[in-house]
Amino acid sequence: MKLLNRLLPHPLLTLMLTVIWLLLVNRFSLNSLLFGFLLGLLIPVATQPYWPNRPKLKRPSKLVTYTLLVLWDIIVANVAVARIVLFMPNAKRQPAWINIPLDIRTPEAIAMLGGTITMTPGTLTADISAQGRSLLVHCLHAPDPDAVRAEIKTRYEARLKEIFE
Amino acid sequence: MIIELLISVCVVVGGLFGLVGSFGLIKLSDPMSRMHAPTKSTTLGVGGVLVGSMIHAAVYEGKVSAHELLITLFLLVTAPVTANFLAKVFINQQTRPEDLPDAGSCKLWATHDKPEHHPASDQSEA
Repeated sequence: MKLLNRLLPHPLLTLMLTVIWLLLVNRFSLNSLLFGFLLGLLIPVATQPYWPNRPKLKRPSKLVTYTLLVLWDIIVANVAVARIVLFMPNAKRQPAWINIPLDIRTPEAIAMLGGTITMTPGTLTADISAQGRSLLVHCLHAPDPDAVRAEIKTRYEARLKEIFE
Repeated sequence: MIIELLISVCVVVGGLFGLVGSFGLIKLSDPMSRMHAPTKSTTLGVGGVLVGSMIHAAVYEGKVSAHELLITLFLLVTAPVTANFLAKVFINQQTRPEDLPDAGSCKLWATHDKPEHHPASDQSEA
């Protein structure tokens, strides 16, 4: 069991790398399946020192709804940002820094939250606090920073907390 | 015919969003705001072209192509990282800790938290 853990530090990553390799080749064959699996074995072992803990997913099924929600929000974000860029004069735009205190502690969940914030309406993750307890977010146009903070916490962070913790 | 229209709509919409993203780079007034335009509009810009390409491959070449999905995946994973790096450079060079909102218990954001602030403790943390 210990040997298996040593050889396969991240089984899900191995599976994912194999599938991504097959998709890159774009055609199924035994050759590419074996080569993809070989990569899936080597890469997790090589990157193991940087990523010692195996992330746990409490409710992986919720990841699907989360992905769909984020994809939809990305489309909305694009339209919203395009409207601001095209029609709002710079003098009327109110850019703002806001801080978001974090309830989640898992590094993978925080990374996902950061990525989600960058991809969604008018917000961009800029930094994390020195102890990893809050995120610094820049808003393109935020007349009401508290509303933005509340939306991020309820819409994304609460869902990520369900998935990871 | 309808399929052709659909593909054209996807490609044209994608192109428009790409154009808006590039225009935003010129029009927006401060460096942090300028970063919003390329990280968002370009995603849908590239996305639109890719969806068009997928429909074209499925209908006219009769094969399902996975490359477009992979490009989308890689874009979604890498765009926030690039944006974060650029933001960190901006914070490092052009802001002081007092320009930014309160960082909570430790008072500093990670970019401002340099080793010289606590020379004794950074050995033990590493």
